[in-house]
Amino acid sequence: MTEAQASTGWDRNQMAARAAQELEDGYYVNLGIGIPTLVANHIPDGVEVTLQSENGMLGIGPFPYPDEVDADLINAGKQTISALPSSSYFGSSDSFAMIRGGHIDLTVLGAMEVAENGDIANWMIPGKMIKGMGGAMDLVAGVKKIIVVMDHNSKAGDPKFIPECTLPLTGTNVVDMIITNLGVFHRPDHDSPFELIELAPDVTVEEVGEKTTAHYVEPVG
Amino acid sequence: MQKIYLDAAAALDGLLFDGMHICAGGFGLCGIPERLIDAIRDAGTKDLTIASNNAGIDGEGLGKLLRTKQVKKMISSYVGENKEFERQFLAEELEVEFCPQGTLAERCRAGGAGIPGFYTKTGVGTVVAEGKEVKQFDGEDYILERGIFADLCIIKGWKADKSGNLVFRKTARNFNQPMATAGKICVAEVEEIVEIGELDPDCIHLPGIYVKRLIDGSPYDKKIEFETTRDREAA
Repeated sequence: MTEAQASTGWDRNQMAARAAQELEDGYYVNLGIGIPTLVANHIPDGVEVTLQSENGMLGIGPFPYPDEVDADLINAGKQTISALPSSSYFGSSDSFAMIRGGHIDLTVLGAMEVAENGDIANWMIPGKMIKGMGGAMDLVAGVKKIIVVMDHNSKAGDPKFIPECTLPLTGTNVVDMIITNLGVFHRPDHDSPFELIELAPDVTVEEVGEKTTAHYVEPVG
Repeated sequence: MQKIYLDAAAALDGLLFDGMHICAGGFGLCGIPERLIDAIRDAGTKDLTIASNNAGIDGEGLGKLLRTKQVKKMISSYVGENKEFERQFLAEELEVEFCPQGTLAERCRAGGAGIPGFYTKTGVGTVVAEGKEVKQFDGEDYILERGIFADLCIIKGWKADKSGNLVFRKTARNFNQPMATAGKICVAEVEEIVEIGELDPDCIHLPGIYVKRLIDGSPYDKKIEFETTRDREAA
């Protein structure tokens, strides 16, 4: 993030660290590309999670040493990775069977917009080059818990947590938690509104209110 | 039963025709059937509809068939990192059907298993659902997706025995496994062909019934899209 874009609250790593606090021992987790990938660097002590890569692997290890790079061992972002003694490999249909089938406990994704009803848009901006949704639609449809990590406002300053998505949707009523540089919104189920449950250091409830157009429940007191 | 062919051109002989549908395995540049792609380029077969998770990158993988304008339509989930693709798509020279990655994998698995359609939650309420039947099961909406069954499947494996039993290596398995099943005939290229009996029957990823023609495409110079490493000191 450049100086011009710098904003208050958490930086990318701190947002990832906050998301990592949602990990529970024994979880199987899929991390999206970008800030979500950083979550792997902040797994709490005593918590053992297995990372899934939707191109066909459970048990993603760290980036390889330069002399251990293997073109046949990549993550869904096409980066070279390493395996763990507990890793397993499988094909794409098995990989998405475990995603669609509800066997993955948690996914952390980036987003361009999240609506107050839990809709998410993170794959396409009409008029610009369209790259495709990859596995994002399958992940939001199938994974048990969906956490979005994103900047609170766009580079132009526009709110990203909004009443209704304006961009083509990735999924409807699927997001459970939103972590932005300003704080954390959570809802206990998909019929409830989001609630502001946590603020980043030096961020006030008023500041969040000024920078958000979505309706949400403010903390009491 | 002779499945082994001298090279990719020989293995594809008699199978290619203009306007055909092809399933091509691989994820990014990982596990792509590059020898077979080269042979299709050299054959000049036109107006292809290709189901493949990605469309290669500029000058690599299926990017080679884009450059020669042999592709009419791609069915893919992600096509970034490809300037020629972008140019042809924006100029409306190339048709694209975006398909969620898991739906694409299942469409191939289903097609290959004789299942013409299935219902999935993926894409409900999005542009992917447009024009598709919506059905409720247990109070939730699902959309109908069609199985894919192509004229030809091209895949890349690691090792195969002479009867076509095949194993993949690490994450190079990806779409190669479901796509091998999703068509009238599958041609496989591998890094090594071994004698019958050398592969453990309990460890076969793709039984030989799916592999009708086979070539040893070695030596391979596998490309990496994003080489990421860590320092020794950090350990």
